[in-house]
Amino acid sequence: MSILTRKPSKLADLRPALARLERRLFMRQALSFGALSMLTGCNWGEDDDIEKVLWVVSRFNDKVQAALFDPNKLAPVYPESAITKPFPFNAFYGEDETPVIDGSDYKLQVSGLVEDKTPWTLARLRALPQTSQVTRHICVEGWSAIGKWGGAPFRTFLQQVGADMRAKYVGFKCADKYYSSIDMATALHPQTLLALDYGDAELPPKYGYPLKLRVPTKLGFKNPKLIAEIYVTNDFPGGYWEDQGYNWFSGS
Amino acid sequence: MTLMNTGKPKRPIIHPLMVRITHWINALAILCMVTSGWAIYNASPIFDFRFAKYLTLGGWLGGALAWHFAALWVLVINGLIYVLYGMLSGHFRHDFLPLSIRAIWRDFVAALTFKLKHRLGVYNAVQKLLYIVVILFGVGVVISGLAIWKPVQFQFVTGLLGGYDFARIVHFAMMAGIVGFVAVHLVLVALVPSTLPPMITGRAPAHDPHSQDPEGAPI
Repeated sequence: MSILTRKPSKLADLRPALARLERRLFMRQALSFGALSMLTGCNWGEDDDIEKVLWVVSRFNDKVQAALFDPNKLAPVYPESAITKPFPFNAFYGEDETPVIDGSDYKLQVSGLVEDKTPWTLARLRALPQTSQVTRHICVEGWSAIGKWGGAPFRTFLQQVGADMRAKYVGFKCADKYYSSIDMATALHPQTLLALDYGDAELPPKYGYPLKLRVPTKLGFKNPKLIAEIYVTNDFPGGYWEDQGYNWFSGS
Repeated sequence: MTLMNTGKPKRPIIHPLMVRITHWINALAILCMVTSGWAIYNASPIFDFRFAKYLTLGGWLGGALAWHFAALWVLVINGLIYVLYGMLSGHFRHDFLPLSIRAIWRDFVAALTFKLKHRLGVYNAVQKLLYIVVILFGVGVVISGLAIWKPVQFQFVTGLLGGYDFARIVHFAMMAGIVGFVAVHLVLVALVPSTLPPMITGRAPAHDPHSQDPEGAPI
């Protein structure tokens, strides 16, 4: 997810370098008083203290959002005519750097608090009851786009693997080194989808082939693509952007 | 008013303590919200411009969001305290009302022709209107913010504001209204600097003839 532009094509080749630079700057400078200390001329203390406060508030905001989350409230759905074309590509790297996964020997790993850790082939995932949705993808940057995703309800998958539904988190490790995690309540939401299709065809690499989690009740960066492993845990798993400062819950 | 007679008549309080405290906390919260909000806007501008980076708070999008969603608690809690105080204490009723279109027009024309007298502790009709409008902008910026933050959980609100994308424009417009108010507010304080000390001490300046009236509106 770029922090620079909503038009990935223009800065695509600069994005990884810029993202790395921004990330490096972040821990040192970003949560400092920055502009404010220059405006007030005051030094309010160590940057680390300010950053700690912001992290504590962000964890508090996770709890507030978990309380606001209604497991039965559905995200609005749209007619297919409302689909945004082309649907924007977004990742922490450029579109041409997207790893291309060979689906024929793909095996989804399952680990953590589950009864059945047998890896899943794409054929077996396709054999699960399939559904589709036309929903709005909202990026943390502010832009939004409507897309259509098809696949298996994630709840069904979790039931199949005998996941401990009382566990706190479901984590995702991806083939592009991305990682993220969501709360169990959201994982069990009826619209949370283990997506195999975009539109009416198999996911193309840029939209996350072979497997993407579609969560219309969370911001876009909580929708991991190119999923290689799913695990259930009670230990806070964090995420690629979440560990750098994006709010973890990020519910819509 | 003090019960002890110190011999020297005390200048009346024109800004009660609650108003002063909430005013300055609000000023700081608005500063954080606006500057971090501009950084968030810059990540995906809805209009054909970006805010200069040195005017923004947070360094990068994640930092700006962290500031925005921390300062919002200060803004909302402080704002609720102020509005509750304003309603219960009579501050709103006494100082912002009554308000008529005729009075607004009269004071507006007087202000433009430099004939409007400033009396500390009493708001003219244009001031009253601006204070009411900026409070409504404050309510609007919070509601449109909720619509953008929770377009699924609060989809009713988002729908009322014309959907997610339009709610972003509404949120921006409310911000612009507040920033516009702050600009006018600061220009007026610069033109009439004697209004600044009472916002800190609460007390009217000794030379202000109007302030000698102890029954004057507690503003």
